[in-house]
Amino acid sequence: MTYLHNIGTYFIMVKDIFRKPTKWSVMKTLVLKDIDDLIIGSLGIVAFISFFVGGVVAIQTSLNIDNPLIPKYLVGFATRQSIVLEFAPTFISIIMAGKVGSYITSSIGTMRVTEQIDALEVMGINAINYLVFPKFIALSLYPFVISIAMFLGILGGLIACVYGGYGTFDNYIEGVQTDFIVFHMIYAFIKTMVFAFVLATIPSFYGYFMKGGALEVGKASTTSFVWTSVVIILLNFLLTSLLLG
Amino acid sequence: MIEVKDIHKSFGDAHILKGISTSFEKGKTNLIIGQSGSGKTVFLKCLLGLFDFEKGSIAYEGKNFSDLSQDERTDLRSEMGMVFQGSALFDSMTIIENVMFPLRMFTKQSKSEMQDRADVVLNRVNLSDAHNKMPSEASGGMQKRVAIARAIVNNPKYLFCDEPNSGLDPKTAMVIDNLIQEITDEFNITTVINTHDMNSVMEIGEKILFLKDGLKEWEGTKETIFKTDNKAVTNFVYSSELFKKVRKMYIEEDD
Repeated sequence: MTYLHNIGTYFIMVKDIFRKPTKWSVMKTLVLKDIDDLIIGSLGIVAFISFFVGGVVAIQTSLNIDNPLIPKYLVGFATRQSIVLEFAPTFISIIMAGKVGSYITSSIGTMRVTEQIDALEVMGINAINYLVFPKFIALSLYPFVISIAMFLGILGGLIACVYGGYGTFDNYIEGVQTDFIVFHMIYAFIKTMVFAFVLATIPSFYGYFMKGGALEVGKASTTSFVWTSVVIILLNFLLTSLLLG
Repeated sequence: MIEVKDIHKSFGDAHILKGISTSFEKGKTNLIIGQSGSGKTVFLKCLLGLFDFEKGSIAYEGKNFSDLSQDERTDLRSEMGMVFQGSALFDSMTIIENVMFPLRMFTKQSKSEMQDRADVVLNRVNLSDAHNKMPSEASGGMQKRVAIARAIVNNPKYLFCDEPNSGLDPKTAMVIDNLIQEITDEFNITTVINTHDMNSVMEIGEKILFLKDGLKEWEGTKETIFKTDNKAVTNFVYSSELFKKVRKMYIEEDD
């Protein structure tokens, strides 16, 4: 029953994000602040992880190919497919659920504990629109982060491959260009947009509806991370089945 | 004027408010007192519309709050000012930004007009030199005064305060009490205060509502509270030796 209640409350919250919008002059400031916190602030960790994971994928692929009949360009091809189809959209989103999600839950949860949300409501402000809508808009730039993750992942693979002695530059680039299907990029960005919505709303839900004190803010952040990750994994399966299956 | 009729509120099996009826007059400082757990905060949050209640009605100037549409409720709430127990200042904004916030949300004033109005109310609460401080850099008393400034900046018709003196020293508490009383008189607003502080009761209690176990136990003024025989009220109000002596002196003087 609790799960059903939470799911119902979540969808009511999603509807309220778009009800009675906050004045644009105020909203503009909030959106810019959230772009800085959620998007710009995540670029460093996303770049670091993508670059090195790309390198590891290239090395692992190379080390597991010992059949001389398999073409050398497969390393570049496999790295591109892994990064574009799964690593960048899905696993970066899981990392973002930890970084951005727990930030959203704890910042909104702290506002709940310190009665700042009550203060907004008493003033007649739609607190859900005021708090969640800027995050929703900021995270609509999430595909930009994922594009950088894709680029750096493939670049990391190239550098690891060439400088590690696992293949040549030309072979890797040939692999990256081989059998390139545009729909795979569309599929990756559809997933990215869906995950951006999940990243903006589920952590906000756990922050907004939390009860208790400082300890519960920490618990809400953990629960938010778990459920955001679960929903991302389930939606990943569903979207992959629908779009590629 | 706020009229409350037979308010009932429960949380699960716990019946917190068991049928409270009263009224709060315009231009008066109304105090709600009672022991911890008596339902004061729940009652205040029902008045503000932060809690829905199962039974009863709350009418603002004759308009039943429950009958109002979402937009009408929002409009009514923009006429309310609230001072929360923990001040509830927005910690990402400076003090002047906190005070200007209701103006930014609800008026079409230019930035300089908002700044001027915020200056006026910050001067009114004796905080003319703290504009650019963050709330975390201000003392508890300063935060309360900023919360009062934010609550009155948009000329509200109703001012609600939840334990405005909690955590303050007696002198600062008295300053806050006097400030609320002066603002109530100056702007002719309906003020409702939740408090434990008996000094506030004696100083500014133009109307006092005593709650016990979710019911209205007693209602009166700061003058009549000295004479009441209601055991629950006397046990609560005169629990300290100091107030017992004050009461004795008051009754002797009256005789």
